[in-house]
Amino acid sequence: MARRKKRKEIFALGNEAVVEGALLAGCSFYGGYPITPSTEIMEIMSARLPKTEDGVFIQLEDEIASMGAIIGASLAGRKAMTATSGPGFSLMQENLGYAIMAETPVVLVNVMRGGPSTGLPTCPAQGDVQQARWGTHGDHPIIVLSASNVQECLEMTITAFNMAEKYRTPVILLLDEVTAHTREKIEIPNEGEFEVFSRTIPSMPPEWYKPYEETVRGVSPMPPIGSGYRFHVTGLTHDRNGFPSQRPEEVVELMERIHRKIDQFFYDIQLVEEIDTDDADVVVIAYGCVARSAELAVQQARENGVKAGLLKLKTLFPYPRRHTERVLAHAKSLIVPEMNMGQMSREVKRVNMGRVPVRTINRIDGQIVTPSEILKVIMQG
Amino acid sequence: MSEITGNEIIHQYLRHNKKFPHVLCAGCGHGIVLGTLIRSIHSLGIPRDDVVVVAGIGCSGRLAVYVDFNTIHTTHGRALTFATGIKMANPKLNVITIMGDGDALSIGGNHLIHAARRNIGVTALVLNNNIYGMTGGQSSPATPLGSTTMTSPYGQLDKSFDTVELAKGAGANYVARGTVFHVRKLEKIMTEAIARPGFSLVEAITPCHTQYGRKNKYKSPVDMYKWMKKAAISVERYEELPEDQREDRLPIGVFVAKDRPGFEERYFAMKAEFQKKTVKGGK
Repeated sequence: MARRKKRKEIFALGNEAVVEGALLAGCSFYGGYPITPSTEIMEIMSARLPKTEDGVFIQLEDEIASMGAIIGASLAGRKAMTATSGPGFSLMQENLGYAIMAETPVVLVNVMRGGPSTGLPTCPAQGDVQQARWGTHGDHPIIVLSASNVQECLEMTITAFNMAEKYRTPVILLLDEVTAHTREKIEIPNEGEFEVFSRTIPSMPPEWYKPYEETVRGVSPMPPIGSGYRFHVTGLTHDRNGFPSQRPEEVVELMERIHRKIDQFFYDIQLVEEIDTDDADVVVIAYGCVARSAELAVQQARENGVKAGLLKLKTLFPYPRRHTERVLAHAKSLIVPEMNMGQMSREVKRVNMGRVPVRTINRIDGQIVTPSEILKVIMQG
Repeated sequence: MSEITGNEIIHQYLRHNKKFPHVLCAGCGHGIVLGTLIRSIHSLGIPRDDVVVVAGIGCSGRLAVYVDFNTIHTTHGRALTFATGIKMANPKLNVITIMGDGDALSIGGNHLIHAARRNIGVTALVLNNNIYGMTGGQSSPATPLGSTTMTSPYGQLDKSFDTVELAKGAGANYVARGTVFHVRKLEKIMTEAIARPGFSLVEAITPCHTQYGRKNKYKSPVDMYKWMKKAAISVERYEELPEDQREDRLPIGVFVAKDRPGFEERYFAMKAEFQKKTVKGGK
């Protein structure tokens, strides 16, 4: 067997790793507006993209325009992204809903900081979890991913682009200030060592093409604007051709399909990492930088003779129900530490349905949840 | 062979078997603007695959669906943001936005001034009917002082925007105004606007008899067209008028016509420089 080609190693910030991942995934369009603590993503993109073959970087007048521009770019065939934090994420919600309705793949990175409002601009938090799920109005499906270290920032950005393209939907990558501003050594995977998925381009004649067809996968091919497939794109409920419709049967077909195209691929979308969960009595469920604290706490608990495990969520939504059910088969208690008042613990409790005690550790002071805090709760049994 | 009439040209570009009847009221001027746009594009000989019509929300926003181009009906006020992304993603496309006065000047005002400042190669049509028509006749930033609307029942207290002056101030490359009464002139400036590089803005004055006119002493659509006929004056003649005669007159024509390269031209020129250097370096 051929020896694996050595991977390039760099010492990078989480935000830098996002850029590396995006470029590996084929991102060729960035539109954004500066905001702490996500700004490095934009700064590095402004230097890198103009020097790539077809890369476009543009600084917009606000986050509303950023979201509009990347949707426009995606409709014109680009893999496009933006990055923001707290207040900017709120401003993006309107056009995020448009991208869901018009089934336009884009990647939105939100580096969470303390809120509400201007809050704690330079401190970490995980307060936007439920906003990422439900922030834009109306019933909608959404894919929300997360990363807990710099290597994962790179990998999950690639995954975000792949899922966006595969399911023709916006994907949110939720980071926190600590993960985004941690600098550590990462490996850049070589070409061929990771999957890159690009949207399917239609091959049928333009007059046969329907942009919102009722297909088995629930996703239609998506031609770039200007390629001869002229169709209508709208945020209104629409028929298979994209033309506005209020007919109940067409509305329900559209709404059910945009949910189905995500729901039937849970096995592909729901990503977790399990550490020592197989025989665990106490399972910690965590994500983002808190998952790192939890990993150490679980290890220390094992050293102290407690069978502890960690279920690290890489996909936050759709919530990994299946994986939670599996640890619930033997766990005697669950612990959900997070940097908010208990946003993901709601999901855990919903799946748990009162079976075992669910304890929460919540910090909202702009500080991380430490390993010793988690260990203390684990050791309480 | 008989001469091809304007209507026959228009019919070639309509999604006639799909999206009619349309939503517009009898007497509305929006259809005239859309017809004018089609004739302008046709006269320039632009293939329809290369035309992207990006519309906002409101009565004007609904125009996009009727024409057989690449059409995008966006969110309220955001048409220019989508258009900016499309133009930067593929500068070969002819990107035209259709916005109303509330769309372009109120909720989308920030995007309008920045598109003008940036000089992105997009043609912005602002269909000014002085009112929010689709939501039932509330006052907009283009509603004249003193007008009665559903949200200014005692008279509009704030002064309206002058779209042309706003676009000029923001640095637009090409700024013009026309009315749906002066169709030939509107067609001429629209054609020029589309052909120009950089950001072009055309304000088209169009009547909303249903929501604006009947509450403001224009009893029928005809009264509104008569007002346009009376008030409009070419910008050249307007400038010769003494100050005291300018009030109540509406200058139409071309106010700014420059040929500065669009933002996308500057961006891709910068990229080309990088690529030249890379080739020289033997990489």
